[in-house]
Amino acid sequence: MHTEYMSIRHGLLALLSGGPRHGYQLRADFEASTGATWPLNIGQVYTTLSRMERDGLVTPGETDEQGRVVYSITEAGRAETTRWFSTPVARSDRPRDELVIKLAMALTAPGVDVAAVVRLQRTATMRALQQATKAKHAARAGTAQRLVADSAIFQIEAEQRWLDHCETVLASSSEAHGGSRPGPHDPPSQEESP
Amino acid sequence: MTVLQLDAVTRVHGAGDNTVHALREVSLTAATGELVAVMGPSGSGKSTLLNVAGGLDRPTSGTVAVEGADLSTLRLRDLVALRRRHIGYVFQDLNLIPSLNVIENVMLPHELDGVRRATAKKQAASALAEIGLAHMAARYPDEISGGQRQRVAIARALVGERRLLLADEPTGALDSAAGDDILALLRSRCEAGATVLLVTHEARYAAWADKVVFLRDGAIADSTDLSSDGSAASAR
Repeated sequence: MHTEYMSIRHGLLALLSGGPRHGYQLRADFEASTGATWPLNIGQVYTTLSRMERDGLVTPGETDEQGRVVYSITEAGRAETTRWFSTPVARSDRPRDELVIKLAMALTAPGVDVAAVVRLQRTATMRALQQATKAKHAARAGTAQRLVADSAIFQIEAEQRWLDHCETVLASSSEAHGGSRPGPHDPPSQEESP
Repeated sequence: MTVLQLDAVTRVHGAGDNTVHALREVSLTAATGELVAVMGPSGSGKSTLLNVAGGLDRPTSGTVAVEGADLSTLRLRDLVALRRRHIGYVFQDLNLIPSLNVIENVMLPHELDGVRRATAKKQAASALAEIGLAHMAARYPDEISGGQRQRVAIARALVGERRLLLADEPTGALDSAAGDDILALLRSRCEAGATVLLVTHEARYAAWADKVVFLRDGAIADSTDLSSDGSAASAR
């Protein structure tokens, strides 16, 4: 939540550095840049704006004829935007990855065919990659949206490569430990382990 | 229409202790307009599969049919003619002849086929126009980028009547954006009626395909088919 707030905040600041906007414009411009990958609701936009106002990064201006407040970026806001663009994003606070936990547990729990778990996942991941690629191809979007779509594609690809790696490591370690495990869809059995 | 059909294809190299099963009972079909990708680590049988599909190598058992013709029943002369008229090839590298310019490279298969030079040139020009490289016709291979060379190789592979394209790691020497362009081109050629069998070890390129087949030790380990009912079909 914290990191999500941070990226919305910086995204809105970056848009405001191009000129004053009201909330609905900000939402539309944000989604136009990111290809609607992360739809924002207007409540999130105004919550973020009021926090930024409290922090002195933006300042509310006139109200237009429809009662919408136009926000402008402050000097502090500009400095924050510059800092954001000149600082790399930290790889931290990532949610625990269910797949990684599942594979670790498949190796630990009795009676699980780990290779089958990997194969099943790889098929699903490949399908996701095909769908993401198809969506990108169909969209014929601008550069910003293309790169956003590519980000998802490269992340899925990374998972695919990791699964290939798992398969290779498992194949060589099952030779070392001598033997395959029981069938793919057997529930973890209750039988006593040695 | 099924353009390429492999039925229980096995290819064994060597004999006795040196026997290598390059392919084990591989069955695969590719229809008109389909892009089929074959993935797998090196040594999994990808290139053997491509060679067998293109009639450059013969299976030890099983059958290969291209546009309905069982390759094993063809006389060598007919096989060679079918390869030349119906199948195009694109490799990772060494696709174009350096001493010929772009349009001459694209014309070459037609000229070898005995098509009149003027006709060959006209078809080559339209093949180049289709891939957006008409303005490069007079350039030589070393005067264009690697990505453009691969595009020309694809135009040549599909010039005239050729509808089946066999591509072996066509993105191998390219950066990721140029590789993406090659896959976008292959995809659009499929939409125009070609059939492509693509060998790659990169999931990101395989993901452009309708169907992805994973080879392990010469056998199909699993496959995904987007054009089917949406469930992940297991090929074995």
